[in-house]
Amino acid sequence: MPTVGVKRDLLFKALGRTYTDEEFDELCFEFGLELDEITSEKEIISREQGDSKASGASDIILYKIDVPANRYDLLCLEGLVRGLQVFKNKLEAPRYRRVSPISGEPQKLIITKATAAVRPHAVAAVLRNITFTQERYDSFIELQEKLHQNICRKRSLVAIGTHDLDTISGPFTYTAKPPGDICFKPLNQTKEYTATQLMSLYKTDSHLRHYLHIIEDKPVYPVIYDSNGIVLSMPPIINGDHSKISLKTKNVFIECTATDVTKAKIVLDMMVTMFSEYLFVSSSPYSESTEKIAQLLTRMCLRSQATGVGDEIEVEIPPTRSDVIHACDIMEDAAIAYGFNNITRTTPRTYTVANQFPLNKLTELLRQDLAAAGFTEALNFALCSQEDIADKLGKKISETKAAHISNPKTAEFQVARTTLLPGLLKTIAANRKMPLPLKLFEISDVVLKDETKGRHVGASNSRRFCAVYYNKSPGFEVIHGLLDRTMQLLEVQPACGEGYHIQAADDSTFFPGRCAEIFVRGKSVGRLGVLHPDVINRFELTMPCSALEMDIEPFL
Amino acid sequence: MAKRLGQSISKTAGLLWCSGCSVVSTSQKWCMEGQRVNLLQGPGRPRPDMHGECGPISQKSYRSTNPWKILLLPVHGHPTSQLTGFKGSATNALVPDTTGHLQRSCKGSSMADAGVVETLLRRIEKVDDGVDSLEVANSLGVDHQVIVGAVKSLQSVGDVISAELRSSKHWELTEEGMEIAENGSHEARVFSSIPLEGLAQSELMKLSFGKIGFSKAMSSKWIRVDKTHEGGPRIFRTVESIEDQVREKLLLVQKGNTSQLEEKEKNELKKRKLLSEVTVKTYWITKGNSFSTTITKQETELTPEMIATGNWKEKKFKPYNFEAMGVAPDSGHLHPLMKVRTQFRQIFLEMGFTEMPTNNFIESSFWNFDSLFQPQQHPARDQHDTFFLSDPALAHEFPQDYLERVKKVHSEGGFGSQGYKYDWKIEEAQKNILRTHTTAVSARMLYKLAQQEKFTPVKYFSIDRVFRNETLDATHLAEFHQIEGVVADYGLTLGDLMGILHQFFTKLGITKLRFKPAYNPYTEPSMEVFSYHEGLKKWVEVGNSGVFRPEMLLPMGLPEDVSVIAWGLSLERPTMIKYGINNIRELVGHKVNLQMVLRQPHMSTGLLSFT
Repeated sequence: MPTVGVKRDLLFKALGRTYTDEEFDELCFEFGLELDEITSEKEIISREQGDSKASGASDIILYKIDVPANRYDLLCLEGLVRGLQVFKNKLEAPRYRRVSPISGEPQKLIITKATAAVRPHAVAAVLRNITFTQERYDSFIELQEKLHQNICRKRSLVAIGTHDLDTISGPFTYTAKPPGDICFKPLNQTKEYTATQLMSLYKTDSHLRHYLHIIEDKPVYPVIYDSNGIVLSMPPIINGDHSKISLKTKNVFIECTATDVTKAKIVLDMMVTMFSEYLFVSSSPYSESTEKIAQLLTRMCLRSQATGVGDEIEVEIPPTRSDVIHACDIMEDAAIAYGFNNITRTTPRTYTVANQFPLNKLTELLRQDLAAAGFTEALNFALCSQEDIADKLGKKISETKAAHISNPKTAEFQVARTTLLPGLLKTIAANRKMPLPLKLFEISDVVLKDETKGRHVGASNSRRFCAVYYNKSPGFEVIHGLLDRTMQLLEVQPACGEGYHIQAADDSTFFPGRCAEIFVRGKSVGRLGVLHPDVINRFELTMPCSALEMDIEPFL
Repeated sequence: MAKRLGQSISKTAGLLWCSGCSVVSTSQKWCMEGQRVNLLQGPGRPRPDMHGECGPISQKSYRSTNPWKILLLPVHGHPTSQLTGFKGSATNALVPDTTGHLQRSCKGSSMADAGVVETLLRRIEKVDDGVDSLEVANSLGVDHQVIVGAVKSLQSVGDVISAELRSSKHWELTEEGMEIAENGSHEARVFSSIPLEGLAQSELMKLSFGKIGFSKAMSSKWIRVDKTHEGGPRIFRTVESIEDQVREKLLLVQKGNTSQLEEKEKNELKKRKLLSEVTVKTYWITKGNSFSTTITKQETELTPEMIATGNWKEKKFKPYNFEAMGVAPDSGHLHPLMKVRTQFRQIFLEMGFTEMPTNNFIESSFWNFDSLFQPQQHPARDQHDTFFLSDPALAHEFPQDYLERVKKVHSEGGFGSQGYKYDWKIEEAQKNILRTHTTAVSARMLYKLAQQEKFTPVKYFSIDRVFRNETLDATHLAEFHQIEGVVADYGLTLGDLMGILHQFFTKLGITKLRFKPAYNPYTEPSMEVFSYHEGLKKWVEVGNSGVFRPEMLLPMGLPEDVSVIAWGLSLERPTMIKYGINNIRELVGHKVNLQMVLRQPHMSTGLLSFT
């Protein structure tokens, strides 16, 4: 959820009244926003960089407001105020229309085929007769930045460039050239660089280096020229210095280059509509509707009226509301305007009979009885390192049938666990101060690669029961006793053939000669035994330990 | 549904933090278990014989009324109990804690040396005022601890004696001080070892007292060094005779005449580590109200023999200490988070919800995102938010006609929607991931429902793990449990959703709810659920809810007039708030504090009542 920071006093001035923090919080809640934090620049700097750095900073109160991720139209002070004012019936829903310049032809942006190789789409617009103040200018820049971070996916989908139209002349050309052939003076630099030089220059730039990867490996880089060959920008990296906007700028040329044309249009609409209020353009006359829903919708910036045909309502979707793509989006706005908390709560009359998922039912029953048998339940992560399920247990990772994660941030999330044992051993290691013996169990899912079963994803869960006994002596008989008790609970008799039995087995996790395989109705379901001293050491344990791990799905 | 609910838990939980009982109890049950015989034990396997190892205490343990602790007896003074972790060292004296129901003497039965007790009582009888325990020990020639033991033993049988604890400080010679008292100070010994004709310095330094004695004798100007002497530096006496004051002072202390020394002198000797000041704790013992020289032995517990013979009628019994704690029952415990899960499960079952099979952590992007009308460029599908799999990397076999409808609604729209208008790619949908929400399972279930010949209303729930590749902190882990409820029926409304949420949360003990408009890619409308927290005096987010979008339901083939309402919350967050746990790692994962697991109360209704 994006957060927008606005100066409180400026906000209240724009809203035409002041609110207490509580009142404003309440207003936000109703409208679907969240007043996240009340702070100041000074407070932010002192928190992030220490008091000394903050001494000179402004202590004007800032409101940090959380905005839903789909409401790009609320990402700046102007949009927020407009949304809230219309919601409070203080302002009519704005209607936007495109106007042609008083003199002459509209501007043109020519897109060449060469851009297809790197960034194929571009849209552009002109804001005329704008009056910037410092605050409006800052807000304009901040909106651009917020859009870049959110809908533009860090400039990868869309990049916005804004230019002082009076310093350049159309028609403009959007093309792509090899980096060596692009040469211009970039924003806030004093000399010209080729694109190749720029890429290495910005390698160390804390802000821009995050965007370099978008075009870095491409054979050609996108670039926009005016009719005199002046470089406007090299999207999505940097604008030219020549056309930069300032407080004095009257006419703004906005270009959005993109890999996704729908998103580019949304972004351009946003840039244009948010700042159109600083234009000297009169708004269209307001016609009052008497229909309630239409009224409600209008409060949400959706100009609506009843058509008179049944209960049909005609709704005009402004370009600011790119989130409206279905009638249900409009109904939500009607509900918000009505107030969610004013809706009467009803009980659905849906008649159903509850069923437990049989595997979970069995799990619940077993867990109760295992705790009654003196074992304490642990709850470990389903993700772990390769080492946990392989090396530490004396196995090879290739033997494990483990599902591997391609983008783990740390080694803790390399694989989905294939056994519950490492988790229990780590739990013991973290609780060595507890009195002996430690008796732990877990019933949970492991994940195994599996082409046959499952839901065509190539892997499936397997519900396991694992228990460990950790003491000054191995206590094989304790863990064996627990197996006997478990089988009693599952109504399996100790017998070969139709019952269960255990049989000596070799397993590198266990001490030689101290491991047995568990057979139920002739099929192997798991193993138990005394852990190998190497395994004990690798988990940073010091005492003998016996363990049991088995599949419980065969008992369903 | 699966929005992560844990934003400000640390703040919240901090206010609720309850300090628990922090007694470290060491159980003796392991030695009891060693006595068990395993009937299934095969021949040849060594029978664990732990009995021998812990024999000394197994006799007592069955009767012990409190956890065992290791008591370290300091050399001076009376025993102060000191808790250490149970390391099972057989050399430590294992004695019951004196806060047990039965107050026991600090040395167990061996202390109850009737002879010493009797002697002590006779001494007390003879004097009018009282006796000092240390003096008694000295005159009897026994260790002071023996007398202390006798005092404790007598104290436990009623008001036979009264003992007042006194502590006094006195000076004592150190080991080095004793040596000097016997042989003279180092400097005196140096002096006396130098003959008239002098001694080579190298020779002197060979003596044990040479080094220290030399410098001290030099500073007292008893000796001099002739460095120019042929054959190396040589030492000569400078005075004819000396007075070994250090030794004399030490002898005074040894004889108990410390008072003749000045404070300054004592401190100087202390500095030289020849004297040390020790605190002695002794008892001043006087007659008690029911003083008697003959003590009837009080019985500790009723025995089967007493019941058989009836001689309990003549016995006196030691009083119980009812302020002691009982012994923790020998049982295992369920994990607190799993107990809360059981409660939530129970609530859903009471409300007629059927459990969904969520035992598939690995899911295709198709079912996790695309089927939910979550566009392929959505940030949640980013590498930074979702765990992708390298092996098995791709999913295969999707219901083809359904897949086509999903593709169309994303890229072109349809079913009354404009769609997202982008180039939808099967390659993106095939990517295997660790599911980011259980709503992936709900999607599969709703698709399955839509394939039925005739639609029947359903109520589904699930509580299971979901995975997020996000930055970890005190309230965020890469995996957590999502609770989800789904209802599909004809004509369900937003009022129905709010009504059912009200019922659900009422069962949890939360009655004050309000709803905030929110955004969620697959529900419209979407509402965040807030509950008023009486303790924090503010509204706390407790869940997320909404009505599934037609773009999700209609491609599945569900009838147009069927609505599906759903809500979700995390299992961890309410559990953390309820139990005042600040760090999620204390609750989930191997770093769990088992002590915390052991002391969680029983869950009841009002599970989450925020009071």
